[in-house]
Amino acid sequence: MRLFNRIFSKQNRALLSELVRTDFKLRYQGSFLGYAWSLLRPLLLFVILYVVFVRFLKLGNDIPHYPVYLLLGIVVWNFFTEMTVQSLGSIVGRGDLIRKIRIPRWLIVFSSSISALINLGLNLIVVAIFMVINHVDVYGTVLFAPLLLVEVYLFALGISLFLSALFVKFRDIGYIWEVMLQAGFYLTPILYPLSRITNATLQKLIFMNPMAQAIQDIRYSAVTHKSITIHHIFDGGWYMFIPYGIVLLMLVGGLTYFKSQASSFAENI
Amino acid sequence: MDDVAIKVDHVSKTFKLPHEKQSSVKGALISVFDGGKRTYETQQVLRGVSFDIKKGEFFGIVGRNGSGKSTLLKMLAGIYTPTEGKITVNGKLTPFIELGVGFNPELTGRENVFLNGALLGFSRSEMLAMYDDIVKFAELEKFMDQKLKNYSSGMQVRLAFSIAIRAQSDILLLDEVLAVGDAAFQKKCYDYFTELKRNGQTVILVTHDMGAIRQYCTRAMMINDGKLVKVGDVETIAQAYIALFSDDRSANDRDSQERWGNGKQKTIDARVDVSDKQLTITITFQAYEDIDSLLYGFTLYEKTSKINVLESNTKRLGIVSQAVKKGEKTTIIWKVPNILRNGEYAISSATCDESALTYYDWLNDAFVFTISNKVETAGAVNPEVHFSYGK
Repeated sequence: MRLFNRIFSKQNRALLSELVRTDFKLRYQGSFLGYAWSLLRPLLLFVILYVVFVRFLKLGNDIPHYPVYLLLGIVVWNFFTEMTVQSLGSIVGRGDLIRKIRIPRWLIVFSSSISALINLGLNLIVVAIFMVINHVDVYGTVLFAPLLLVEVYLFALGISLFLSALFVKFRDIGYIWEVMLQAGFYLTPILYPLSRITNATLQKLIFMNPMAQAIQDIRYSAVTHKSITIHHIFDGGWYMFIPYGIVLLMLVGGLTYFKSQASSFAENI
Repeated sequence: MDDVAIKVDHVSKTFKLPHEKQSSVKGALISVFDGGKRTYETQQVLRGVSFDIKKGEFFGIVGRNGSGKSTLLKMLAGIYTPTEGKITVNGKLTPFIELGVGFNPELTGRENVFLNGALLGFSRSEMLAMYDDIVKFAELEKFMDQKLKNYSSGMQVRLAFSIAIRAQSDILLLDEVLAVGDAAFQKKCYDYFTELKRNGQTVILVTHDMGAIRQYCTRAMMINDGKLVKVGDVETIAQAYIALFSDDRSANDRDSQERWGNGKQKTIDARVDVSDKQLTITITFQAYEDIDSLLYGFTLYEKTSKINVLESNTKRLGIVSQAVKKGEKTTIIWKVPNILRNGEYAISSATCDESALTYYDWLNDAFVFTISNKVETAGAVNPEVHFSYGK
């Protein structure tokens, strides 16, 4: 609790809120629609993917409420992308601050993550609206959704801390991460229903990815129980805990690396 | 120990400087295969610096560009960590070393005030309470809803300064704040410094301005090439700093009325007697220590342009100067033809050791005089000119 008080001291909270505020003000600076873009961007992407994959390629016929299922996956994946990409450049981007003032370094990465969380919140409202339009039956399992989002957040936070510290030394990371995210988008069952993959081993491998596990579980809990989850694939075996282990490993590893590098950010940027 | 605000104990700082900036994975891979040799060159910016700053001191840090003083300040502020040694801070330190940290040109003045305030550790409600005072002090009431990019640099500095002085801390760090802003702003800075000094605040000021050092600081130190040269009273440090530049011998660094040297012997009187044909320069020195190795010199220059017109010293003339005893007064006389054109002139008087490496005293503007009775000329010098027809 004392650690918590120290981390979220009055000064840190004030600075955090001010950094997030600035982030939001600057993000849509000079655009007509402003904040609306936070919602429009994923919606437009959704429309494109929906037209291509659902209307033309006829994917997901076996899954009820497939459009909502698709949108929810896109929103969660977008959150992961946005948070990691923005955090990756956050330390370097705030180099002017880091070189001239003593503030907790992690606050900068943390503020990027909060901005992404706020966007996620807005996008989830859109998802909820679609759920109503689509007459999705809400199960009690929806209560697990927030916990699964926390899992995604912690995974993204670990990666963000690691990448932002690494980016200070190696600027190539920006491009590498972009490619990895692109690959990740297709390795994660976002567009295609998992039933399309018939090879059982491949299905198991796909589920080792915490994003795949989390997105499928979130869909299961909130949209349709037809969503194939890690529990189904491994039939309750202990393997199903591997993704959580990866999340934990990433978080601890990211924090440790960030902490070891933080004191030399000012001179390396 | 209770009266010490900051204790710096054998602090060194080494930077790793990449030869070519290896901020790419390829570069890192190459350097791994090279055994890391090509990647970095280390540069020691500070070497074993130790000093104490007491509570309530107005402490000046001087040194030329690249001497390591800003690095030292950043370590005091906790922005850099020392490679070796330890810094102990007793009290709350301002976290910033510059005004207007984090100012964003795309935000309005008002938004920047809150952002900057948060960086200094103020909550939004505290900032709201202080907001009007800050704006009033900066005299920017009409501009607060404009974007910062539309502010003049002077306005930005005023805004930054009025926020910065709200920072509640025991120890204040200031780096070159005086270098920016117009005369009116500097006056505000000075008033603020005076108030700080009166309140017994601990202040650490890094500056090139010897005037500010002399006026405000109670003690000062000089660093050169990353080493602490001297800690002491303000006058000693100011003179040592000026002496740094005399080694360069670059005329542009010399300001009038300046003096440097170790003070073993000093010019105590100088005058120039002007006749139509001759200039007689009479200089009296006093020795403060026994000196064996001596060299006297003078430079005569145009007062405003600082162009040297005449210069000589005993070594150039092949004269070995007599040794002097402590307390002894010596008068020397230089005689040169009066070839000066009309104008205002000054002489500087110098005394140093025979090798001209150690200066005892160098005094600019030791005597200022005017020549006005010469005939006009477009030449640089104006010696007596004769005219006759050839047969």
